[in-house]
Amino acid sequence: MTIADLPARPRDASPVELLRTVGLTKHFRLGGFLSRRYLHAVDDIDLTIHEDEIVALVGESGSGKSTIARLIARVYKPTSGDILHRGRSLSGLRSRREVLGYRGRVPMVFQDPYGSLSPVYRVSHGIMRALRLHRPDLSARGRRDEAERLLDSVGLQPAPDFLGKYPYQLSGGQRQRIGFAQALACRPELILADEPVSMLDVSVRIGILNLMASLRRRERISFLYITHDIASARYVADRLVVMYAGHVAESGPVEDVLAHPKHPYTQLLLSAVPDPRAPISVPATAVVQEPPRVVDPGEGCRFRARCPYAVDECSRVTPRLRPLRPDHLAACHVATSDLESAQMDKDAKASGR
Amino acid sequence: MITATTTQPLLQVKDLCVDYLTERGPVRAVDRVSLEVAKGEFLGIVGESGCGKSTLLFAIARLLSTPAEISSGEVWFGGRDMVSMDEEEMRHLRWRDYSVVMQSAMNALNPVMTIEEQLGDAIHAHLRLPHRKLAARSAELLRVVGIDPVHLHSYPHQLSGGMRQRAMIAMALALTPDLVIMDEPTSALDVVAQRSLMVKIKQLQREFGFACVFVTHDMSLVSHFSDRLAVMYAGQVVEIGATRQVFTDPKHPYTVGLMKSFPSISGPLLPLTGIAGGPPDLARPPSGCRFHPRCPRAFERCPGEEPDLYAREQDLVRCFLFDT
Repeated sequence: MTIADLPARPRDASPVELLRTVGLTKHFRLGGFLSRRYLHAVDDIDLTIHEDEIVALVGESGSGKSTIARLIARVYKPTSGDILHRGRSLSGLRSRREVLGYRGRVPMVFQDPYGSLSPVYRVSHGIMRALRLHRPDLSARGRRDEAERLLDSVGLQPAPDFLGKYPYQLSGGQRQRIGFAQALACRPELILADEPVSMLDVSVRIGILNLMASLRRRERISFLYITHDIASARYVADRLVVMYAGHVAESGPVEDVLAHPKHPYTQLLLSAVPDPRAPISVPATAVVQEPPRVVDPGEGCRFRARCPYAVDECSRVTPRLRPLRPDHLAACHVATSDLESAQMDKDAKASGR
Repeated sequence: MITATTTQPLLQVKDLCVDYLTERGPVRAVDRVSLEVAKGEFLGIVGESGCGKSTLLFAIARLLSTPAEISSGEVWFGGRDMVSMDEEEMRHLRWRDYSVVMQSAMNALNPVMTIEEQLGDAIHAHLRLPHRKLAARSAELLRVVGIDPVHLHSYPHQLSGGMRQRAMIAMALALTPDLVIMDEPTSALDVVAQRSLMVKIKQLQREFGFACVFVTHDMSLVSHFSDRLAVMYAGQVVEIGATRQVFTDPKHPYTVGLMKSFPSISGPLLPLTGIAGGPPDLARPPSGCRFHPRCPRAFERCPGEEPDLYAREQDLVRCFLFDT
């Protein structure tokens, strides 16, 4: 690995929108058929993913991040809201061909590489199937060549050997690479990667993250990278979206969010990340409660019970996402904006000139 | 309470070997591990899955079940050899002199007993206390680990993951043991809950003065909490030393590789490489140094000979690069 394989950060100013969710909401009914209680897994999410961009969706378990991936992958139907793929609503996809086309553009890579590959088929099976479905133009010979090229591109060499192997002959990291090869077989624009490294050993995780970065670089594929590990999100992603209890708490460019976290939850999350390179700090002894299960919530900020800065307004009004720094939004009543002061600096400079 | 002389470590493991007896012959999961834990010390043991770290813990606590068995070696705890003790003698030591906190509190707590009943069970086996005192003691224990005593009458399923794990720790501390053995107690928790549990464990350790052996796969987790750190690879300890020393100046190429596997949330963004390949199959460990097939610094000597632990500064390193 050389520095050239590092994820590219600064990019051109006008990115092309690839996928957008508008007020995306998913509620699950709890209990029996007649139950009136609903779990609000995801509430009113506006999320945009651009071409050639890695967006990291970070949050605790139960915050709704996997639900978003499954909604985008059309595993679940949204309760309300819409998903637009290149400006076109997914609810407008009617024919099987259209749905298949979308699934090919936006495939998913799963968390558990031990459970997501069928043990009775060779590695070639899943890749060949995807090629047959999504690339009908290829001949049998062409499929074989393409499968080898795909395994090559995910770092499994020699590719012909790997095609003939069964999953039990592979390590966890290699299995996860097969998962990426299968996703690549459909020539995707956006790969939904749901915790792709959390089940892998520490020493091989970074290899998968580097693979994502290099696929973005070489093949211009966007990623929605879902994780609970902020440090790995920083390593590969351009933009960070922090989820809390079904809401987006904060979103913005990775480095900006890490350097200037605006939402108290993001601040809490960052303070909890174990970082061996950080100097030893005296650990804070704050009593930290756990995230709520959001069953039929009323109005108000869902973080307020754990928030050290909560005011009256927090229990009455649900905070909306608002820009607090350039390209950086947070949903908090208390957080202060840096935009005006930045604007004032700019004005001062302009008038001084 | 065990009375140990000040020079003697609380726990001393000498050349411990554990074999899994499989149909295809024994598989050595723990290979000649030697460790010492002083009174009140926090020892972290890190390694990837399958490196034998949990097996080692279970062997120390004498909790191995077939097909695993201790094939050789000694475990001295407070001046007594635990390997040769029978179950009846072990029963007196468990909970009172040492206790174990398991990885999954969900499975370790009894789902049909309240927290109070389970705490009472452990205490009652060693101490005859009148009911009222027992209740007061249980309430106090929960308060110590940061759980509201109203949960004494709760069942495990009524508690959150973090609370269950803390209830397990309350049980482990019930009889103020000298040693608490922990097997990845935070791995099922979110980062925030994980951090608050680690801080709690450290506080309790300062307060009660117990020694702690803490096993985890996440090296960064123990970086701020352990006094000494042992790194395991393929059943062997490959490096052991003061935690800060290991982090600032890792010596074994495996430890160096592990350090290059974690992205950081602070500092400049560096390209990381991880370690090529994957952990070996312990049924067929590589010849010579077990890390040599993945090692970027391997040389002629590595595949042919098994390295010993060599002293370098205050650390011990199992690598020929330090055999001078």
